[in-house]
Amino acid sequence: MKTLRALVAAIALIPLLAFASEAGLKLDRAPIDEHDMASLQRGAHTFVNYCLNCHSAGYMRYNRLRDLGLSEQQIRDNLVFTGVKVGDLMKTAVAPLEAKEWFGTAPPDLTVVARSRSSEAGSGTDWLYTYLRSFYRDPKRPTGWNNTVYVNVAMPHALWQLQGEQVVKEVEEQGPGYMRMVQRLVLDKPGLLKPAEYDQVVADLVNYMTYMSEPARHERVTIGLGAMIVIFILIALSYALKKEYWKDVH
Amino acid sequence: MDVTHTKPPISHKNKPPVTGAGPLNELLTWVDQRFPLLTLWREHASEYYAPKNFNFWYYFGSLAILVLVIQIATGIFLVMHYKPDAGQAFASVEYIMRDVPGGWIIRYMHSTGASAFFIVIYLHMFRGLLYGSYRSPRELLWIVGMLIYLMLMAEAFFGYLLPWGQMSYWGAQVIVNLFDALPLIGPELALWIRGDYVVSDATLNRFFSFHVIAIPLVLLGLVAAHIMALHEVGSNNPDGIEIKANLGPDGHPVDGIPFHPYYSVKDTLGVMVFLAIFAIIMFFMPEFGGYFLEYNNFIPADPLKTPSHIAPVWYFTPYYSILRATTSQFTYVLAAAVVAYTILIWRSAASARAKMVTPVVAVILLAGLFAIDAKVWGVALMGLAVLIFFLLPWLDVSPVKSIRYRGGLYKSALALFVIVFVVLGYFGTQPVTDLGTRLSQLCTLLYFAFFLLMPWYTRMDRTRPTPTRLTH
Amino acid sequence: MSDHELDEGKRRFLLTATIVASGVAAATAAVPFVASMLPSERAKAAGAPVEADISQLAPGQKMTVEWRGKPVWIVRRTPEMLNAVKEDDPRVADPESKRSQQPDYAKNEFRSLKPEYLVVVGICTHLGCSPVDRFAAQPEAFEADWRGGFYCPCHGSLFDLAGRVYRNKPAPDNLTVPPYKFLADTKLVIGEDSKGA
Repeated sequence: MKTLRALVAAIALIPLLAFASEAGLKLDRAPIDEHDMASLQRGAHTFVNYCLNCHSAGYMRYNRLRDLGLSEQQIRDNLVFTGVKVGDLMKTAVAPLEAKEWFGTAPPDLTVVARSRSSEAGSGTDWLYTYLRSFYRDPKRPTGWNNTVYVNVAMPHALWQLQGEQVVKEVEEQGPGYMRMVQRLVLDKPGLLKPAEYDQVVADLVNYMTYMSEPARHERVTIGLGAMIVIFILIALSYALKKEYWKDVH
Repeated sequence: MDVTHTKPPISHKNKPPVTGAGPLNELLTWVDQRFPLLTLWREHASEYYAPKNFNFWYYFGSLAILVLVIQIATGIFLVMHYKPDAGQAFASVEYIMRDVPGGWIIRYMHSTGASAFFIVIYLHMFRGLLYGSYRSPRELLWIVGMLIYLMLMAEAFFGYLLPWGQMSYWGAQVIVNLFDALPLIGPELALWIRGDYVVSDATLNRFFSFHVIAIPLVLLGLVAAHIMALHEVGSNNPDGIEIKANLGPDGHPVDGIPFHPYYSVKDTLGVMVFLAIFAIIMFFMPEFGGYFLEYNNFIPADPLKTPSHIAPVWYFTPYYSILRATTSQFTYVLAAAVVAYTILIWRSAASARAKMVTPVVAVILLAGLFAIDAKVWGVALMGLAVLIFFLLPWLDVSPVKSIRYRGGLYKSALALFVIVFVVLGYFGTQPVTDLGTRLSQLCTLLYFAFFLLMPWYTRMDRTRPTPTRLTH
Repeated sequence: MSDHELDEGKRRFLLTATIVASGVAAATAAVPFVASMLPSERAKAAGAPVEADISQLAPGQKMTVEWRGKPVWIVRRTPEMLNAVKEDDPRVADPESKRSQQPDYAKNEFRSLKPEYLVVVGICTHLGCSPVDRFAAQPEAFEADWRGGFYCPCHGSLFDLAGRVYRNKPAPDNLTVPPYKFLADTKLVIGEDSKGA
């Protein structure tokens, strides 16, 4: 009996083996505040100006941006380009077949990318935030760009003018008890923005993309709180009711 | 309409009029003369005597019915907006999430409900293992329940293709290809299931039909049969003794209480607590770490690009583990296990016929293990892992039903089984590793051992005498 | 015993309270389901106002524009056609457009913002067929003294050049005038008017 119990206890520990170290992707935390309307509006602006040239956000309607505190007129004036109505879906101007020819693969739709890129390494938001800051010059690639988060990506660095150009350099760093050579991204040519400013632009953009991947999020949490209150009242009442009736049972 | 002055219908069995329903008495009497309203109410609610000691484990039956209702109600409204077309399905789901007023609530209820269904069902089945609810005279109840479980797995499998994401597509592709692996009939069968050479629009449309109407109808019928079978013999209880063996002067079990109002009221409380947990998940963490809504499924299906890591949804992963664990190396281990089991049966078997048949079957199995691809045996073992539950009523030969009166052997075996099930489930979510494969193989052996050795250890187990009256 | 009576009262109170609370919760839970059947954003976008460029529309001509899945006719009426409208007063069932088939700004002699342009939904108010144009003022099989308008082939209803229905015909009402406004002399928008309809 004791051996059997010991065996069962030993087997119960098996799952812990799974936590043996996994070499994984290291992602930076995206410093975003989903309630910051100004940040979301800036992010929307960046998205429409830089991303919609190649990517679509085909499940998102322009007039949904009223959620960000914008009026339909403001949306029309600043975020929508000619020929498109404010009730339309955010489709890209470029034809998918052409884009596939130019880049080797059609640029994917970005509406829910902040959800699809989640993994054990971090949320999709964190992935996007790290990705957009990890491009570097690579003459071996057709576009001249590569990325440490998404190796051999077909996408060029759309925001290169803002960030400038990074390169990958072998740098000597302090390791565990010894010095070692590590690959690091280093800013080679500065862009229009300083690194901290660029990071802010990316944070705003990624904040917007997170919102875009689930516009109902805020409403979901709000209604959820209301639902919890109602359900707790119902639990209290039904508990009292049960106790009352079960006084009969001995 | 004045019922008391008209002549009642001729063949109404001289039923007394309905009382106690206040202003509804006359209407209910009229109905009762034409439909067995009162009879059904008495038989199945107000005079259905259930054991008075139902505990936590007894909530999950009524919760399963609740989840079925939730899935059907949300399903009806989702189908109003969903498009079962390969080119429009994914977009229609996002349409529901964004453009349909309240659509996101309905979608999250349905996705949370799908996982909740399996949590509830696994706990419901576990109750059966704890208290011997599958023992005589409840064998058929257990079999109907297992049929419901099979139908539920099919329902979930077909439903999962509908969002047409990467996981949907590739999960379906992999599972249908399992049928392809079957000898002789495999490829034709897979072609017939898919309606095409790969999973495509044709497959999506038929899976839609199965998921929305065919299987729900079967499920409803089976659930009705399940409750009828239960009420025919009466419920088991945590002490595993038959309350009908002890009737009071009024003809009712002394340890029984009428389902209504006691269990209707108690189950209501169970429903409210369940809804609280359901709401917390649905409103605050509907993706549940990628287990309830998988991240890869937010990418539209791409037949030309396989995701680096395909895994079935969490509720299928234990069986998936068993499938993957069956490598060609493992077939040698299985062969050894077949030999060992044959020897065990041969030594314990009483009848001469068993002694003759068993080695023959063993030889056939051994031949098969070496002749047929390990891939096929993986599929077979995966299927057997589910089907072996059907045999429980005949594998368990303990003189007692409930774990409360069993000895250490069974308790350890059950605890081990639970751990093994969870471990297998965990590894099923992970990519293949050497360590994972070895552990899954060990757990596969232990999984089958729980069932196949049961006739021996339940007989050897030291049991305690069962009481005549319910304890707690 | 008074204890037992208290129980009955308590029981009834708790039962009622639980049933009422559950009813309220169920009604609240039903709201998203019922709401989901309302027009979605896609339906509303498809039903959004439509612009019409009338710069190429010659006098006496009709153009058709689709709005909310329905045909909307824009007819540029000549002075003769406007006279015909005045003369048709005694022949139509509702000459002053008393029944509300049009916005206030179209509740006038010519049923339009500007007399020159008629804007109506091209669907017969009887059972929904689309009438055909018969703008020429000449004798017709369905009406000897025809001064121009629309003829519905399904059941023979007639409408004048202001979309008013003739007496004793199956259709009960004048053709509907949708909300509309002029963005410029040569551009209309159908589905939206100055009052923000």
